[in-house]
Amino acid sequence: MTETVIKTDKLTKRFGDFIATNGITFEVHKGEIFGFLGANGAGKTTAMRMLCGLSKPSSGSAQVAGFDVYKQTEQIKRNIGYMSQKFSLYEDLTVVENIRFFGGIYGLSNADIKTKSESLLAQLGMESEAKKLVGSLPLGWKQKLSFSVAVLHRPKIVFLDEPTGGVDPVTRRQFWNLIYAAAQDGITIFVTTHYMDEAEYCNRISIMVDGKIEALDTPRALKQRYNTTTMDDVFYQLARGAKRSE
Amino acid sequence: MKQFLTFVRKEFAHVLRDRKTLLILFGMPVVQILIFGFALTSEVKNSRVLIVDNANDAASQQLLTKIEASQYFEVDRSVMSPLQMEAAFREGEIKMAIVFPANFNEDLLHQNQAHVQIVTDASDPNTATSLTNYVSSIIQDYQASLNQTLSVPLRILPETRFIYNPQLKGVYNYVPGVMALVLMLVCVMMTAVSIVREKETGTMEVLLVSPFKPVLVILSKAVPYLILSLVNVGTILLMSIFVLDLPVAGNLLLLLAESTLFIITCLTLGIFISIKTSSQQVAMLISLMGMLLPTMLFSGFMFPIENMPVPLQIISNIVPSKWYYLIVKAVMIKGLGFSAIWKETLILAGMTLFLFVISLKNFKIRLA
Ligand SMILES: Nc1ncnc2c1ncn2[C@@H]1O[C@H](COP(=O)(O)OP(=O)(O)OP(=O)(O)O)[C@@H](O)[C@H]1O
Ligand SMILES: [Mg+2]
Repeated sequence: MTETVIKTDKLTKRFGDFIATNGITFEVHKGEIFGFLGANGAGKTTAMRMLCGLSKPSSGSAQVAGFDVYKQTEQIKRNIGYMSQKFSLYEDLTVVENIRFFGGIYGLSNADIKTKSESLLAQLGMESEAKKLVGSLPLGWKQKLSFSVAVLHRPKIVFLDEPTGGVDPVTRRQFWNLIYAAAQDGITIFVTTHYMDEAEYCNRISIMVDGKIEALDTPRALKQRYNTTTMDDVFYQLARGAKRSE
Repeated sequence: MKQFLTFVRKEFAHVLRDRKTLLILFGMPVVQILIFGFALTSEVKNSRVLIVDNANDAASQQLLTKIEASQYFEVDRSVMSPLQMEAAFREGEIKMAIVFPANFNEDLLHQNQAHVQIVTDASDPNTATSLTNYVSSIIQDYQASLNQTLSVPLRILPETRFIYNPQLKGVYNYVPGVMALVLMLVCVMMTAVSIVREKETGTMEVLLVSPFKPVLVILSKAVPYLILSLVNVGTILLMSIFVLDLPVAGNLLLLLAESTLFIITCLTLGIFISIKTSSQQVAMLISLMGMLLPTMLFSGFMFPIENMPVPLQIISNIVPSKWYYLIVKAVMIKGLGFSAIWKETLILAGMTLFLFVISLKNFKIRLA
């Protein structure tokens, strides 16, 4: 019996005449790693922002953690973590200050923040960087830190918008280990990516083309359906008809 | 509440970490006061003073020696007709003329009082007052020394006259002006930029996804600048008291309360700008062009508003600093009470309320 944590029905966002996200319908199950793929401009970020309560859908419906995206954004916010496409820690604050701040605004107690930040730094192997300014860290470390901060308050679901963009392969691998560890803890992962090798790490993936979800299944099933051995190829077959590109 | 404090602490960390900006913020009022102050007062030292001694008697000689002993200005003795004197003033050859009447000593002995005429070029009102005060105090000293040995006190009455700017317009007016300018800069620009920075870097999005109330995000950003501005007000007041010898003539608490009101006006203005813009550069530009420039032009401390064309006079009414400037001038320099400034206070409060309401409205739309 799988529990559904995200459920959308014909979720749509229009910007004037332009339909950024066009009637997407899907479900995400508790504890799974759900890959949300699509070319540049496909509408991934737009969809994610609606699910996080950052932008109001034009039509359709969606529940996140059992709450309605129109009316219950406050409850949704309490149950999710979010890592935006832009790097979004404070570069002029130290690592510890960032952790303390985000822990603080999620209402964690001081004692809780202290133990969590210690275990977090140990997990990332960043104990000696604790007092350094975040701006001075390499990108890969920043992204890992950013992820750890996004799950600091143990959300039910964490939304990751291209968390590994521009990061080297080794660090990407480490990043995915963090994702696995979080998933083991029962956190549902909703992640967008451009890297097809990362798609393979997901339990299920959806592929968006021009605002619509064109395919949704496990990586293995998709490869079978499109009669190929690589996700790259699946993606290419689906996305070549796309009109939008950057 | 704890979340709010967490947020305020973080804002302070931002402000305190940025040493360069901090230095500018705290140094600016000091530098401005000094620059304005010295630009206006430094001339006292080399001012040429003309002495026309029509009496040339014992008393006038004694007094003159005292005046000449001062190292503050260069003294010239000469006999000039009023016309020649006027020409000398016009040419800028002299800043001040001290004229003794022909029967100075006699008047003093027989009528127990004598007049001295002190004429000062007040086109630079600051120098003029300093010079006049200085000479008057020398005369008073001399009078006191005479009276030590006498039973009937003698009086030397200086007749001071300012030419070119008899109302001494502009004297110390720059202090309220600097206050308005500094507060405007700190509150409007810094608040706007610090909120827009979060939008630009993307941290605002993360904050909006958190359960922290968006309105509190904005409010907690205003707190550090409120405190910083109060410190700046304190600095300016201390400097004006101890460096410029310009005490607060009116009620200090009233002045502080009015300043707090103006600070809040500026903060709301900064918040409004930050809601309407999405890049730091634009926010900075709007703050500078839209706020700082009007403050300099229209508050009346650099250019008298009465002399402006009517359309500009009307425009000046929507500049908040104009009202604050009037308030500070009234309380600090003229020593007036609340009854004299309630209208200005009401206007400022109204502006604040208006800005607050439209900020709130626009803010909600953004989140939809
Ligand atoms: N606020 C907006 N107003 C108008 N158009 C927008 C707005 N936000 C996004 N769009 C448009 O919607 C489309 C989808 O954008 P979105 O950011 O969701 O794409 P994406 O799949 O996340 O792409 P990327 O991989 O580049 O991040 C793009 O064409 C974009 O230009
Ligand atoms: Mg995107």
